Amino acid sequence: MESAATPHKSELRKTPLNALHRRLGAKMVNFGGWDMPVEYPSSGGLIAEHKAVRAGVGVFDVSHMGDIGIRGGGKPGGALAAVEHISMNDASKLAIGQAHYSAMLYPEGTFVDDVIVHRLGEDDFLLVINAGTREKDINWVRENTKGFDCAVEDLSDAYTQLAIQGPRAVDLLRKLTDAELNGIKNYRFTHGTVCGLKNTLIARTGYTGEDGFEIYVPSSVATSEKVWNQVMEAGREFAIVPCGLGCRNTLRLESKMALYGHEISDKINVWEAGLDRYCKMEKGDFVGRAALEQAKAAGLRRTLVGIEMLDRGIARDEYCCSNEAGEAIGVVTSGSPSPTLGKNIALAYVPPSFSAVGTILYVEIRGQKCKAQVVPTPFYKRPKKTVTQQVS
Amino acid sequence: MAYPKNYRYTKEHEWISVEGGLATIGITDYAQHELGDVVFVELPKPGTKIEIGKSFGTVESVKAVSEIYAPAAGEVIEANNELQNTPEKINTDPHGAAGLNRVRVTNAAELSGLMDAAAYEAYIAAKGKEASA
Repeated sequence: MESAATPHKSELRKTPLNALHRRLGAKMVNFGGWDMPVEYPSSGGLIAEHKAVRAGVGVFDVSHMGDIGIRGGGKPGGALAAVEHISMNDASKLAIGQAHYSAMLYPEGTFVDDVIVHRLGEDDFLLVINAGTREKDINWVRENTKGFDCAVEDLSDAYTQLAIQGPRAVDLLRKLTDAELNGIKNYRFTHGTVCGLKNTLIARTGYTGEDGFEIYVPSSVATSEKVWNQVMEAGREFAIVPCGLGCRNTLRLESKMALYGHEISDKINVWEAGLDRYCKMEKGDFVGRAALEQAKAAGLRRTLVGIEMLDRGIARDEYCCSNEAGEAIGVVTSGSPSPTLGKNIALAYVPPSFSAVGTILYVEIRGQKCKAQVVPTPFYKRPKKTVTQQVS
Repeated sequence: MAYPKNYRYTKEHEWISVEGGLATIGITDYAQHELGDVVFVELPKPGTKIEIGKSFGTVESVKAVSEIYAPAAGEVIEANNELQNTPEKINTDPHGAAGLNRVRVTNAAELSGLMDAAAYEAYIAAKGKEASA
């Protein structure tokens, strides 16, 4: 047997919590050049971690994510104009203290990366980007904001980023901060004291489809470990577990959140990825807009759908999709067993004629045609809060 | 978890136990640990001829697909179909109840090329060191 999660060696980049993960006995993998925990056997493994986030709370080290600051220069509005130029969502609609999902596009209308844009101040933005695309993104941002009156700063190494995720995340974090968490709605953020650290960015964001927070603390090893340990301690009564990238992937897949290099890439455009609602064509020009206009007029050739396996078998990334006759029609971008649903689910690009819910198609698994069906997405949506949880 | 002394082991982390020309094949504790939660197994039907070093089935965890390579040549007598409903047994009892299949071994002499328990334990200990270096 050969495992895809084969351990590997040095020269990989490490987050400030790397030594702590190893002390916890985490299984480490190379993720986009980063030595990252994929799961913690001490937590009970991937499925247990996944379920903890859906039912209680889990903590992830996501310090490998990149952070780009874009701040205005002399004249007001320089940073906003720059962000509007490089990001497809409309940053002018953001209040200070608000964030949104967006993407940076190539002139072809395809993806440089997806991004969470935070409006820190009137003319002060923080873009959180993917780990594997850090250098590419920062270079691209610098290149494409040259004509604007703003300063671009790579803040990636300044922060340790922890994602505290799950329905009990709010109860946990309340024990560690003076910030009024009830006032922070989804995709809002504030600055407050967390674990004694003043002016910590606390955002109600995440990549799990669950309620939760992401906090940004100074990246020294001592501070990072201290905060991690305090989060674990505060979470003990909620049965918190450390969570790795393995369950981060299954959680985001169930919630149909895109992963760069899978659902989105430099070969896939916004319409194909189904991210229309984050792309504000009416806001004015931005990089990629002209190509997207043309693509819209030309019509879709492929579209992202959710499928569920009907036959035995797990659809995996890059497996081929075919029709009844066995002709190739598309490709799986992410596929996995769903720990929440107990089914084998996947996202796939197929022609629009195969995208209606209920459509039968086939996934080729080691030479076998396995039956699958298009299903509504997201596969999982978190339950609405009960009244008691709202007042708590 | 202890590695049974009477088993033989491959570098790809399969084990084989032979009694009277009939062998049981499984994956090792190290292998199940590397894989994580096993959720799916695919095994050959009885009567299938397996060849030494060639893949004869797959074990899948949430994250990964792993091929299982035959430690010896032979013919499958019985596949452990119970594992289709309880694949997690590979995690909980890799050296016992979770044997993948029973095989009539063609040439028992092939087994002499495999590692015994002590050699296998040394082999995985060295792998562990390499990984944490």
